[in-house]
Amino acid sequence: MITEFGHFALIVGFAVALAQSFVPLLGAARGDAGMIGVGRNAALALFALMAIAMASLIHAYVTSDFSVVNVAQNSHTDKPMLYKVSGLWGNHEGSMLLWVFILALCGGAVATFCRNLPPALGARVLSVQGMIAAGFLAFILATSNPFLRIAVPPANGQGLNPVLQDPGLAFHPPFLYLGYVGFSVSFAFAIAALIDGKVDAAWARWVRPWALAAWCALTLGIALGSWWAYYTLGWGGWWFWDPVENASFMPWLAGTALIHSAIVVEKRDALKSWTILLAIVTFSLSLVGTFLVRSGVLTSVHAFAVDPARGSFILALLIVAIGGSLVLYAVRAPALAGGGLFAPVSREGALVLNNLLMATAAGSVLLGTLYPLFLDVVGGDKISVGAPFFNKTFVPLMVPVLLTMAIGPLLGWKRGDLLGALQRLWLAFVAAFLACLVAYYATSGGPVMAIVGFALAAWVGMGAIVEWAERVALFRVRPGLSLRRAIHLPRAAHGMTLAHFGIAVTVAGIAASAFDAEQIDLVAIGGAMRVGQYEMTLERVDRREGPNYLADEATFNVRRDGALIAVMHPQRRFFPLQERTTSETAIRTGIGADLYIALGDPDPQGRWTVRAYWKPLVSWIWGGALLMALGGMVSLTDRRWRIGVAVKARATGAAAVAAGE
Amino acid sequence: MTRKLLFALPVLLFAALGTYFTLALRPNYDPQALPSVLIDKPAPGFDLAALDDGARVATPGLSGQVTVVNFFASWCVPCRVEHPILMRLAEKEKLNLVGIAYKDRPEDARRLIVQLGDPYRRIGVDREGRTGFDFGVYGVPETYVIDKTGHIRKRFVGPLSPEVALKELIPLVRALEKS
Repeated sequence: MITEFGHFALIVGFAVALAQSFVPLLGAARGDAGMIGVGRNAALALFALMAIAMASLIHAYVTSDFSVVNVAQNSHTDKPMLYKVSGLWGNHEGSMLLWVFILALCGGAVATFCRNLPPALGARVLSVQGMIAAGFLAFILATSNPFLRIAVPPANGQGLNPVLQDPGLAFHPPFLYLGYVGFSVSFAFAIAALIDGKVDAAWARWVRPWALAAWCALTLGIALGSWWAYYTLGWGGWWFWDPVENASFMPWLAGTALIHSAIVVEKRDALKSWTILLAIVTFSLSLVGTFLVRSGVLTSVHAFAVDPARGSFILALLIVAIGGSLVLYAVRAPALAGGGLFAPVSREGALVLNNLLMATAAGSVLLGTLYPLFLDVVGGDKISVGAPFFNKTFVPLMVPVLLTMAIGPLLGWKRGDLLGALQRLWLAFVAAFLACLVAYYATSGGPVMAIVGFALAAWVGMGAIVEWAERVALFRVRPGLSLRRAIHLPRAAHGMTLAHFGIAVTVAGIAASAFDAEQIDLVAIGGAMRVGQYEMTLERVDRREGPNYLADEATFNVRRDGALIAVMHPQRRFFPLQERTTSETAIRTGIGADLYIALGDPDPQGRWTVRAYWKPLVSWIWGGALLMALGGMVSLTDRRWRIGVAVKARATGAAAVAAGE
Repeated sequence: MTRKLLFALPVLLFAALGTYFTLALRPNYDPQALPSVLIDKPAPGFDLAALDDGARVATPGLSGQVTVVNFFASWCVPCRVEHPILMRLAEKEKLNLVGIAYKDRPEDARRLIVQLGDPYRRIGVDREGRTGFDFGVYGVPETYVIDKTGHIRKRFVGPLSPEVALKELIPLVRALEKS
């Protein structure tokens, strides 16, 4: 009964979404306040309906109602509660419902906060959101109904894919979708602005917090996925340039460009049509990602069950949404008035450079991801594009990004003083030089890129600190005064410092991977192997029986300089039902380095293949991502986002500029 | 004009992308397939010592009837999972199964057969993995269906599941037997 309620909510939701798509749009064109008002109510109603649908599917999962096909295929009574709930988005139908639920959440949030928007703009934004929701609800109802029943329910469910039964992965999709779908708001704002024919500072001020919130969620989502891959796949890697990873990374790159170019629109009234394009492209890349995962056109570890009807439907949605918005862009964007002029060396100039590099990086990732498809479709060879391609294209693009990252914030608007900015960065120079020396000492002629990476990390990190210190006049005035300045600094400034510092931390973590020590060996019981300064003795391997798998659990005594420092238990699990072997790695995490052991196959002599890694600074990669997301969130608390009224906002903006921002 | 064209560039690029996506969705396009380059080609020749020390197991002996060649090893866990299915294929379906013990010591392979039963008509010992290499074996277990004329018709990577055996392997063998 509750399940049917959910299904019914979806159908009603589709009708509501249709109303939300057209009534406010018409109202905005006619200036009819009543019709404009429909948008808000419809968006709130849609949110309520999607919440009902989600709640009823969660109810079916929690109560293990196997008469629902989706539950029977993806759940099991023995599963812990967390995985019963997360099983909902571990499959195609459920994850689509989550997708639409988050979309409705965003729509509801816009409806709640849109009182301060000009009514016509708010109405158009909501109607674009309504169109997206209508499209995806039609998709769910036509091809992927999560509420489908079976006449004869099975006694128990089929369970979840074993590698997905993991806390990291339970939270990875919701964050990722929050990011993907969150960018639909800036997309809707862009479309509304194109219809309106007006982009101004106030517009940017409304768009930026939404883009920033989506960006934070996406950052966390990607970091969670990468961390999960690191500890579960058993070869110590944390990024594989897999098509689906790339599908999440491309909107991140475009979104990063977007949150930066929107600053220029807000402060300087320039880069308008470019920012609009970025907003469209960012969400389009999210949609393309959805298509790639669910249509099965690319080989990927993430692929959902494939159904050509679904692929065609999403492709049609894609063509309408992306094609339509880009046509609108081609027609309307040339008419957007250009804004303030600026010299190449200026804060705008630095942000433009950041944008160009980010967009190029996203383009190169797109090319690398789709190249096998391009070639395969025209009847060429089956090839795969792997890490070497991305290392050769993506990494060189990031070097100038990091170089300018420290300088940009120190340049003035309109016309900057490069020399002055560089002089103020002397501390960053020193830090970069010291990092070089330390890295050189550690490796004595080791990998050049890693040393460059450390230098860049130190440069960016120190650059972020120097910029912050400049603002609060650290060590130049009394500490008390510095503290007061720090308190009165806009939150967005603190946010930027944190996020940029986070990048530095991540870059250091990535650079350090060049110094990984890796050892793969056959170890007999009682035998030992060394990695780095650690000696690991294989004490024994026990056979354990899990609820739905067989496990070989090894016991390693880890010694450093003869002293026992840890006992680690990597496992190797075989799931007969799914015919999959998974690796339960044992990791000893530290700020300085991780020690990582994965158990492989035994050989005929009863020796075990063991992979052990010593990975310096590896946890910094995710720590940095966490800092970035934190920086974004701190930025979001900036009070100028909460001052919605355009006139007031302009006044505060002017005051902020006057205050030397 | 040039300016207008510049603004139309994104949509033109997307049109190209959309065309590729549309083509990729056409039926019969399967990016997941791991096709064997040997499909419909004569099976590579081999001449291996038999596990039971009998007559050598060699390619020519295979032709004339449909043969299912299964690469296995005692050190391979998925092979043990697959084993009951092979037993059924041999006992119930009477398939002509030829086993090749891949990179395995004969005594270990023999122990496996003693423990779990012997589904194979013949077992060849591929100690160095040369035959596996010639077949393009990716990892054990792998299963090849060879028709009456000695041509490889299908390759199964990984352990056979009951569904795959029932829905793909057996129908294929039956069809080949009739032809």
